[in-house]
Amino acid sequence: MKAAVLVFPGINRERDMARTLRLISGHEPSMVWHADTQLPAGTNLVVIPGGFSYGDYLRCGAIAARSPIMDAVRGFADKGGLVLGVCNGFQILCEAGLLPGVLMRNENLRFICREVYLRVERSDTPFTRGYNAGQVIRVPVAHGEGNYIADGETIARLEAEGRVLFRYSSPDGMIDPNWNHNGAINAIAGIVNDRGNVLGMMPHPENHVEAAIGPTDGRGLFAGLVEALDRAA
Amino acid sequence: MLGQVAERGIDCKNAMKARVTVTLKSGILDPQGKAIEGALRSLGIVGVSSVRQGKVFDIEIEGGDAAKAEDLLKQAADKLLANTVIENYRVEVVR
Repeated sequence: MKAAVLVFPGINRERDMARTLRLISGHEPSMVWHADTQLPAGTNLVVIPGGFSYGDYLRCGAIAARSPIMDAVRGFADKGGLVLGVCNGFQILCEAGLLPGVLMRNENLRFICREVYLRVERSDTPFTRGYNAGQVIRVPVAHGEGNYIADGETIARLEAEGRVLFRYSSPDGMIDPNWNHNGAINAIAGIVNDRGNVLGMMPHPENHVEAAIGPTDGRGLFAGLVEALDRAA
Repeated sequence: MLGQVAERGIDCKNAMKARVTVTLKSGILDPQGKAIEGALRSLGIVGVSSVRQGKVFDIEIEGGDAAKAEDLLKQAADKLLANTVIENYRVEVVR
């Protein structure tokens, strides 16, 4: 794995992400500044971490999405390169048009910082091959704007094409409004683009990878990515 | 210092003022508007049936061509000021 972690002013989860990538892949990721116009040679995974790029000014992710490095990311994704956006990274991918829809203010208007349960919808993707379809994983969320929405046609397409990879669920995998913390449509927590190589998700799998901290349910995502990339190499 | 002030004065003469108003599309849930609506009610301001929150950008534009300015503002709104997935915008050039 040769990962590049993008760094924007106001991002604050890039070190958690880099630590997890290092821990699980055994390789040090490159940290790439937003003003750069190229990804490091040989990059095979781009990660947009969480945080508050540009202080969420204008709309969350809006200004970061127009940074010079995002043109390089667009080119990388167009060629099939794997892109993972977590939290603010998901918001940035939506604002950049790499994923459809938008993340609105949480339905209850509160910043939500807690552990949630996610149902993994399918396991036949590079992002979820470390899990079983239907498996429930426990990971943290920390966001004020994670309430995913898109127009009806887009949602219908996402569902029909199986592009929802993660949904907020109960501990036993039921989709229930009581467990859909931010009010996202269809309890959507993570989606991929039409080609399946760009994933955006609100929860933070990178924060649940070490037993010393708690559950390690986030490992599957990164371990699966390492496998997928090794297999492609 | 004085020179700079004078220069800025000249620029202002050729500048146009414009306003871009960004509003949520109808049908898009607006939790912030709902919260404001509730706060108005609790303040005893009665008769408000709905609040939708939006944004206003006051923009100064160089030059005096209103049609050009409008094009430029539409570009600005499409590319950055509004997220057209959920928002509409209106552009006004005030000479």
